[in-house]
Amino acid sequence: MATNVETVPATPPPSTKPVRGASSAAAKRSRNAVLLTALTWVVGLLFFAPVLWMVLTAFKQESAAASSPPSFFFEPTLDQFQAVLDSGAGVYFANSLIATGVSTLLVIVLGVPAAYALSIRPIKKTKDVLFFFISTKMLPIVAVIMPIYVIAGQIGALDNIWTLVVLYTAMNLPIAVWMMRSFFQEVPAEVLEAAEMDGAGLLKTLRTVLMPMVAPGLAATALICVIFAWNEFFFALNLTAATAPTAPVFLVATMTSEGLFLAKLSAASVLASLPVVIAGWIAQKQLVRGLSMGAVK
Amino acid sequence: MATLVERHNVKQHKLRTAAQQSRVDGWRRRAPLLPAVIFTIIVTQIPFLFTIWYSMRSWNLLNPDGNIFVGLENFVNIFTDSTFRTAALNSVIITVGCVVAAMVLGIIFALLLDRKFRGQGFIRTLMITPFLIMPVAGAMLWAVSMLDPTYGLVNWLIGLVGIDAIAWTSTYPVFSILIALVWQWTPFMMLLVLAGLQAQPKDVLEAAQMDGASWWQTFSSVTLPQLRRYIELGLLLGAIYVVNTFDHIYLMTAGGPGTSSANLPFYIYQRAFLGFDIGQAAAMGVVVVIGTIIVAVFALRLLFRSFDIKD
Repeated sequence: MATNVETVPATPPPSTKPVRGASSAAAKRSRNAVLLTALTWVVGLLFFAPVLWMVLTAFKQESAAASSPPSFFFEPTLDQFQAVLDSGAGVYFANSLIATGVSTLLVIVLGVPAAYALSIRPIKKTKDVLFFFISTKMLPIVAVIMPIYVIAGQIGALDNIWTLVVLYTAMNLPIAVWMMRSFFQEVPAEVLEAAEMDGAGLLKTLRTVLMPMVAPGLAATALICVIFAWNEFFFALNLTAATAPTAPVFLVATMTSEGLFLAKLSAASVLASLPVVIAGWIAQKQLVRGLSMGAVK
Repeated sequence: MATLVERHNVKQHKLRTAAQQSRVDGWRRRAPLLPAVIFTIIVTQIPFLFTIWYSMRSWNLLNPDGNIFVGLENFVNIFTDSTFRTAALNSVIITVGCVVAAMVLGIIFALLLDRKFRGQGFIRTLMITPFLIMPVAGAMLWAVSMLDPTYGLVNWLIGLVGIDAIAWTSTYPVFSILIALVWQWTPFMMLLVLAGLQAQPKDVLEAAQMDGASWWQTFSSVTLPQLRRYIELGLLLGAIYVVNTFDHIYLMTAGGPGTSSANLPFYIYQRAFLGFDIGQAAAMGVVVVIGTIIVAVFALRLLFRSFDIKD
């Protein structure tokens, strides 16, 4: 560049120009970075605002919750949470806990061996079986609700929490099989062969070699099953009444039985959403893998 | 001769034991699979056989004597039922509208999050939260706290810039449902796209920048093709869930005004549990399943490609 200047003196000295250009480009880039960061914050907060509003409303008195214009400054109170607990929410949450916990456990017990038979020691028609499982997820639930309702009525299984346990297990099992299969397939074959060469039996290989390697995958699977079972509403609405209703049914009952009690409804919503929100916040990595059924790392 | 027969018998025996061996091995491989398959068949497939049976009967729970075989009459009624057509159309609008809008927003959010900045983890955590909120709670939050004509935050906001209050859920019912659904599903798409962005080989991006490619050129010719697999997966899985949307419609509009915002799951629910018309509702269920199978055949091919499953 310097030689260029010397040989062609007529042109304006280009030596300073690129330097100034570079420094202003760097300045522009860092200004852009600041703007982008600010934009990301604004978008993120706006997107989260409805949740924040729900939480704020839960800490208001009813009069402040139903004010127009909305009240942003108020004296926070725990009255609404107290009211929720007083109105018998415990039964609903206990039912949700049973339906979610037991169905997730059953999904793992049934799903892990199935995934094993579709990956580590694969059967011949692996693709057909995988197709079968995922096709049941595409079967619209409304297409089977009538017979389930009629049959459950005939065998006296309406308004019974174990009916929900069975249905939630069937609802999550296909996802779990697909997920666990993805995780099993990442286990290198050499590792299993080495364990067998060492004379470890099948069960010992499973327990000491395979399970530790897929433990994060198992956690992701369980998380997804918990989310879908905890949040399920359609079966709970149609198949339960006084004995076996779950948390989502409680929210609806709060809204319809007492008119518009916005603050109490918000408090109930916060309580009902809290377990899954916290689990999802903690296990964000597992969430991505789980939501993609194991396809995305 | 005797030895030849003997040898033949021995050979036969060996063959038989080999065949038995492979059959035993086959069943040993299949055994861990059977409980899950049998359970799934009993709980999901057998009820559907009943649905087909119900669909050919005129059966209203309020009329116990009326449970008679009517053949395909229920199906004929469906295709002359204009509410069914509206519901089918709404199903398509809601499903396609939700997954496409959520995907566009998800891509934008993911691009914003895919750089190092102060509070990156915090903002990502905030952004995934709508997906974790219980859908029933989310639907009521939008119906009441956000879109209510009097107390709603949205009307207060547009009031600040001088726009008159709008009765969202009764004037624009499908649009209101879509807002709440897109809000819930955007984080799902964002997480998948973000995973795709982070899996990008960094050297290709740097090479593109060195070559002086603009941001848009890099995005459209390097990033987007790389993301394609993730986008397809997100749209497909999203659609599988969103097509069954019930909570939001039940809570935000109850299918109304009239039946203008009912989708198929909600309309079938109405016929079955409010009209007690089992035969008619079952027939609709059958029609929906046939439609789903047609779409699913194409969708599954895509899914199998995403998971690299070969024959």
